[in-house]
Amino acid sequence: MAGNCLPAVDLTGSGRPVFLPNEIECSLLSSVDLVCEDDSFGSFPHLKSGLLILTTHRLLWIPDASVTTGITSGSSIPLGAITHIFSSKKSLKSIFASPRVRFQLSLSSDGRVVVSGPVSRSVVVTIVMRGKGDCDVFLAKFWENWRARVWETESVPSSSSISSSALSTNSGGLYSSDGLVRMVGVSGILRKEQEMWESTDKSLQEAFQDMNALMSKAKEMVMLAEKMRQKLLSGPNSQSDKTSDEMGSKEEMQDWFLSVGIVSPVTKESAGALYHQQLSRQLADFVRIPLDRAGGVINLIDIYCLFNRARGTELISPDDLLQACSLWEKFDVPIMLRKFDSGVMVIQNKTHSDEEVFAKIKILVTKPDALQAGISASDAAMTLGIAPAMAKEHLLTAESKGLLCRDISPDGFRFYINLFPEIDRDDMYL
Amino acid sequence: MQKLGDFKVPQFFNYPPYFTLQPVRETREKQIQLWKDLILDYCRTQKIFVIGLEEEFPLFSNPVIERSLSHEAREAFLSALVSEGRAEWMDKGHRKCLILWHRIQDWADIILGFVKDNGLEDSVMTVEEIRSGTECRGTELQGMDRTILMRALKLLEQKGKLAIFKGTSADDEGVKFSI
Repeated sequence: MAGNCLPAVDLTGSGRPVFLPNEIECSLLSSVDLVCEDDSFGSFPHLKSGLLILTTHRLLWIPDASVTTGITSGSSIPLGAITHIFSSKKSLKSIFASPRVRFQLSLSSDGRVVVSGPVSRSVVVTIVMRGKGDCDVFLAKFWENWRARVWETESVPSSSSISSSALSTNSGGLYSSDGLVRMVGVSGILRKEQEMWESTDKSLQEAFQDMNALMSKAKEMVMLAEKMRQKLLSGPNSQSDKTSDEMGSKEEMQDWFLSVGIVSPVTKESAGALYHQQLSRQLADFVRIPLDRAGGVINLIDIYCLFNRARGTELISPDDLLQACSLWEKFDVPIMLRKFDSGVMVIQNKTHSDEEVFAKIKILVTKPDALQAGISASDAAMTLGIAPAMAKEHLLTAESKGLLCRDISPDGFRFYINLFPEIDRDDMYL
Repeated sequence: MQKLGDFKVPQFFNYPPYFTLQPVRETREKQIQLWKDLILDYCRTQKIFVIGLEEEFPLFSNPVIERSLSHEAREAFLSALVSEGRAEWMDKGHRKCLILWHRIQDWADIILGFVKDNGLEDSVMTVEEIRSGTECRGTELQGMDRTILMRALKLLEQKGKLAIFKGTSADDEGVKFSI
């Protein structure tokens, strides 16, 4: 195998690519080949039948979903290394063949992709779309992203000057004047706002110049928040002698920053037919942190709220969430959807075992006062550190296993350790 | 030891789940078994033959832990006794239940034993005498339920051990033993 001229892109545990900061995915196509026509060095990898993701920064090629098990990286082509996109020729031949898009890629002398620097030669790469998907729409987005050159504005520190941001405002679409890309949360809303006024009346632009200033500030704020979050996440290792009060407020801060959002939410618009599959993978990545915090099991409704909050403006329906969860069975993800007998649905770690929970419950119900008065769902919720509804599900499961039994009285619904098997008819009067 | 009258209740009588009908099958089976034994035990020592489901019944509530059986639970436990032949519903609405801590056959045997012990093999007695006469004092027959007594006597009549005939007064019947 010859050397790979394309930079690798890491994949998350569920098979989603790891995006660059501010990188947004715009279009997805399945069953795509990447073929290099004049690869004399043999450095262009063999990329057959994979998933192609167009983002604001790169073209990402990921091996087919059905064989991703064990594969932790895909290939990427920075849009910056593309020197030309050929317009597709309409010919009789092209009607019968798979749709193709061709582009020119610069390589350095050692056969690697160059974004900036000396270009020794260039090759022509063809995207062969053998699956379903609209070739023209893809090509249009490809053009749009390539011309927007977001990666360039990114590397320049965004000095918030009105003059620079007011220079060009005609790019439209995904990009705002200062190269600020789609973001969720505050900036996402601001972006929508901006798109609206751009399309309605150009003459209003001057009146809205303050808006641009605010937006570049908003971007700074998001960057600041992200930076602080990183700092807080790495904080506890270096300073372990914090007081509990400080730790508490720190956790609160982390909560705040965690909800800053998913930078590139999977949308129906970008993913098309692959929507549920990609959503499922993104959800699998997202769920991990709240799941750990909740102790391995979390209510589906809670996840629905958290996930949509993180997505900000691109909300999903409960149905989509359920579909995304049920697709996990097909992927190699460490989480699963579980339905309790009562119909309550939860997401849990595959490694999560009921035995552990039962052991905790057993300790709880054998405490002296619990032997006397039993425990309620809220008692269990406090000890297990989970929601009362969740705790009740665990208690009911423990009951069905014969560990507990119930007591319904005017005082409420309580659980006791199940002593029935131990009561012996012969020493009833002991 | 907690007591209901002179009846010593078992330890688990103070176990609150004992008073809630358990939904899990295995637990419920054990619970029903314990209740069946306790009901028969209590009725035997207290000489109780009929339990009315809608009436107060000391065994069905425990003021110490403030628990009492629901109507559903009472019916479930008594039904379990009925299915074992240790009780019978006295009406279709399941409001009254006849408790047979001895089966009818056992009661018949007790009557035979009583007749033999007292040398009454060929005598004539009224039905009332069997359950309240001087001979039956100190035996299990004393004060026994008339319905159950009649059922036992009829069983013996079928076996030819005795003959039942109308007595002088309308509400009493005579028994002629012929063992």
